[in-house]
Amino acid sequence: MKILVCVKQVPDMESRFKVNAEGQWYDNSDLAWRMNEYDEYAIEQAVQLKEQVGEADVTVLTIGSDRVKEPIKKALAMGCDRGVHVVDDASFAKDPFEIASIIATFARDKGFDMIFTGMQSQDRGSAQVGVLVAEMLDLASISTVVEFAYENGQVTARRELEGGLKAVVKAGLPALVTCQLGLNKPRYPTLPNIMKAKKKELLSVEVATLLQVDAVQETTRMYFPEKKGGGIVLEGEVGNIVNEVVNILKDKTGVLA
Amino acid sequence: MKTLLVGEYRDGKLLASTYELVAFAEKLGADSAMFLVGSESDLPRYNGTLYFADSSKYSEFNPSAHKQLLLDVIAEEQPEMIVFSHSSYGWDLAPRVALALKAAQVSEVIDVVDGHLVVPTCNSKLRRDVKAKTAQTVVTLQGGAFGLSGDPSGTATLVKVETDAPAQVEFAGYEAVEKGGVDLSKAEIIVSAGRGIGKPENLEMIANLAESLGGEYGASRPVVDAEWTEHHRQVGTTGQTVSPKLYIACGISGAIQHLAGMKKSEFVVAINTDKDAPIGEIADVLAVADLKELVPALTEKIKSL
Ligand SMILES: Cc1cc2nc3c(=O)[nH]c(=O)nc-3n(C[C@H](O)[C@H](O)[C@H](O)COP(=O)(O)OP(=O)(O)OC[C@H]3O[C@@H](n4cnc5c(N)ncnc54)[C@H](O)[C@@H]3O)c2cc1C
Ligand SMILES: Nc1ncnc2c1ncn2[C@@H]1O[C@H](COP(=O)(O)O)[C@@H](O)[C@H]1O
Repeated sequence: MKILVCVKQVPDMESRFKVNAEGQWYDNSDLAWRMNEYDEYAIEQAVQLKEQVGEADVTVLTIGSDRVKEPIKKALAMGCDRGVHVVDDASFAKDPFEIASIIATFARDKGFDMIFTGMQSQDRGSAQVGVLVAEMLDLASISTVVEFAYENGQVTARRELEGGLKAVVKAGLPALVTCQLGLNKPRYPTLPNIMKAKKKELLSVEVATLLQVDAVQETTRMYFPEKKGGGIVLEGEVGNIVNEVVNILKDKTGVLA
Repeated sequence: MKTLLVGEYRDGKLLASTYELVAFAEKLGADSAMFLVGSESDLPRYNGTLYFADSSKYSEFNPSAHKQLLLDVIAEEQPEMIVFSHSSYGWDLAPRVALALKAAQVSEVIDVVDGHLVVPTCNSKLRRDVKAKTAQTVVTLQGGAFGLSGDPSGTATLVKVETDAPAQVEFAGYEAVEKGGVDLSKAEIIVSAGRGIGKPENLEMIANLAESLGGEYGASRPVVDAEWTEHHRQVGTTGQTVSPKLYIACGISGAIQHLAGMKKSEFVVAINTDKDAPIGEIADVLAVADLKELVPALTEKIKSL
């Protein structure tokens, strides 16, 4: 079985963000980077599927600057077999249609039986790329998956809906699923597996060889939301904060009466 | 401008979020028509054309058939904008329709200012103004961002639509998440633990603070996903909706899906090391502190009162 997983590197959401000089994206410098949380579940599910079926080959793909080799290395240490780095210093500015086109162009004619993506990226958060890739490749796709099972060429997945409901959905291979938080328990790479990962193949591909479309949308401006204000901000010594919180609760709520 | 609103239907009922689409069209001052795969027993109160397909025939979840039904209606109506909810139905169907139309899709729209669509970025810490470069635009709307000023009213003019597009996936039915012991929706005081508690052992200090106040403890999703506590304690769109007198959010950043479950709380205290955490936007009090220090100290103080 041939499996593809798509991962994206995103900034730590606790970072202090700055808007870049063009005013159209966040400034990429001075940020801590990590793997998009949703994609960790995608990798784990791909590796579990490989472990289940035995004969399988898992490719992990990412698009971005040199920095994004990090999540690839992590994915290889988690059990993916080979990495593909689509080299693109401007990937952050590409819209979901362009990103999906790059992935679909790479995957077309390679005979992947299963593709896993995250349901959304934490920074852009469009929740589009996975479903778009499937549509471009004319594959069945199931989004927002919180349970995944594979048997006899068929996927049975549970989609998470709002308010405590799940939908049971089945599809034959080839198929694509987009992974929601809590789908599984992503493993931590162990030291021996980190060492082993260093020997795995990591292919670099220039984005120009895969990008055949133009953007369909543009970000004209990025900015900080206006602070609604109103709320009281307490800072400083913990003892003082405790006293202030207690006083406020006494004044403004009935709970300490 | 002409819009096509894609209503939503689940488990035999029209979803109220459908009216948020109507509110969006009103805000734009746009003409609208609606599309819905549902049942004639629960139709939207809406003044306009309703392109309607029966869910008993096409199923409530059948992306390839719903896509084809929609594309036929779009060919007929020629809307400039096709509007979905940013929901499990909308974010699944919208990209399929957008690609078929070669249209841009702008996800999770919260506002429209001077013709720009406004969307949140990076857990709502930043905003983006987005412009489509295509003649038609597909949008998904963030839940709760647009609301009707009054009650919905009207009677739709039904136009039935059909397709013979085959299903690419098989929908085998719904499953309810099992309900647990505590009903947080009735709690008057809730202290919730977020990922910021760092490790499962720290849940105890959250539970202790809740107990000292005579309340219950809740959690954000990562705490539940990591199995540090049960799902019935999760607050948010995929957990419980709560409206206590006091909600204390400990180590919770304030993602929209969490806020949707607790923003009706009367008074919100947030404890967070990050002064810019989006929870600050709705908190009455934001204590910028390490919860591992503040929570036990606050518990002691309250016990001593
Ligand atoms: C479709 C969908 C449905 C979802 N449904 C839900 C839902 O129902 N409920 C839900 O909660 N989420 C839901 N989520 C997930 C949601 O998007 C966020 O990922 C989640 O709410 C984040 O939880 P958190 O705030 O605990 O963690 P994080 O976002 O990681 O935030 C942790 C916070 O803790 C702070 N912190 C760290 N250390 C400390 C310390 N020592 N002291 C004080 N503060 C500290 C950090 O500054 C940060 O703000 C859903 C997501 C999707 C896509
Ligand atoms: N630059 C990228 N490289 C590889 N995969 C990506 C990239 N951007 C998005 N993806 C994949 O698409 C999913 C959804 O992203 P998005 O549509 O941006 O919310 C992510 O979880 C990834 O699996």
